[in-house]
Amino acid sequence: MSIYLHSIITRNSMYRFQWEETQGCHVLLYPEGLVQLNQTAATVLELCGEETTAAALIETLQERYPQADTLVEDVMSFLHEARDENWIVVRDTE
Amino acid sequence: MMSEESGVSGPLWLLAELTYRCPLQCPYCSNPSNYEESLSHELTTEEWISALRQARAMGAVQLGLSGGEPCLRTDLEEIVAEAHKLGFYTNLITSAYNLSSERISNLKEAGLDHIQVSIQGADKRTNDLLAGTACFDRKIAALYHIKEQGYPLVFNFVVHRFNIHQVWDLLTLANMVEADFVEVANCQYHGFAFLNKEALLPTPLQIRQAEEEVARFRSQLSRKMEIFFVVPDYFEEHISPCVNGWGTTMVNVSPNGRVLPCHGAGEMKHLPIPNIREQSLQDIWYHSTLFNQYRGTSWMKEPCASCPEKEKDFGGCRCQALAWTQDAANTDPCCPKSPHHGLIEKLVDPASQRQPLVQLRNTRGTKMEFGELVFRGAAKAT
Repeated sequence: MSIYLHSIITRNSMYRFQWEETQGCHVLLYPEGLVQLNQTAATVLELCGEETTAAALIETLQERYPQADTLVEDVMSFLHEARDENWIVVRDTE
Repeated sequence: MMSEESGVSGPLWLLAELTYRCPLQCPYCSNPSNYEESLSHELTTEEWISALRQARAMGAVQLGLSGGEPCLRTDLEEIVAEAHKLGFYTNLITSAYNLSSERISNLKEAGLDHIQVSIQGADKRTNDLLAGTACFDRKIAALYHIKEQGYPLVFNFVVHRFNIHQVWDLLTLANMVEADFVEVANCQYHGFAFLNKEALLPTPLQIRQAEEEVARFRSQLSRKMEIFFVVPDYFEEHISPCVNGWGTTMVNVSPNGRVLPCHGAGEMKHLPIPNIREQSLQDIWYHSTLFNQYRGTSWMKEPCASCPEKEKDFGGCRCQALAWTQDAANTDPCCPKSPHHGLIEKLVDPASQRQPLVQLRNTRGTKMEFGELVFRGAAKAT
């Protein structure tokens, strides 16, 4: 299944997203496991805490980082990766 | 958190073995073989809470609540609540023997994140026989309650000669109760289980068949369920790094406060075992002999010392080296380069295995031949 600009995205509730001071990064926590997130991944996953769309994500990030010129490709490629890892749940608009 | 003088990072994982008491009698139990010595003088609620605070301050974020059977602690909810407040991700590792729907719900309220249930066999007869206690029906009921109450469910199936043929049925059961993760874990022969290694060891053919069944099940699965097949050390060409490297990631606190780099390290009787009742966790992690003895690679002897894999596998499992060669600094005998590897080869050679699985003819039902299998309750089944 592809992810479209209008696809609805939420973080998988099985994963807990939190800042870890001692590791100096955001992490995703799940049964007996931990993923350390880079800045980009953390920013996107934080925004997915509430139901959103890929388009809305890109708009927010564009405002935050006006200089980023490959933002659409970067975000879409990360969303595919995150979906394959099961970190996010993606569904189409009805 | 880095210790200034050593460059060692703090632990990420705290395994809290709340008690070694257990209603089950599994012959593959990984508790230390002298677990009876730790049945009294368990840490109090306050002592556990202090341990949690210390570990969290050092950076630990994953908390395993294990045992024995952790649900035998009546203060489990209190411990979970404190762990949750501190920001731990809390994992309960249980047989589900005494895990009622009400308790599952109270634990959820306290902030428990996930429950891992172990099962001994895919059907009541096998499960109850191998657990040494009738518990199958309780487990199945608990599995449904766990899912109903919205926990991620991890199903853990320790496989050995007497149940490895049930992998397919077990995966079917896991799928039926909507498990999120399944671990088909080949039995590790640590602690108490070491006593039963000859009896429990599967044949190479059994392992290959189980591996194929797991792959076939995965390929036809329609819902999301991760299946891990944990291959057995004794049959592997390459050894795995024990607990991600000694004193790098994991800290284990045993029921009466002994602090260990892994749950098997209580067997290290040649080294003083630090206790959280006498020393801070910080001091133990960074300064104790036990934690520093096998950190890094400078302690290694040949063939590890000159091995190109030494930074990846750290010479394998220290406890296995100790159990087989009486020296924990030796290469893990599971490594083909170990001068002691012949011991493992002899054990896994199908021709040398003395106790095949025998289905006896019996008009009142089929019995399994357990040979010299020692159950944890110290009774011998023959």
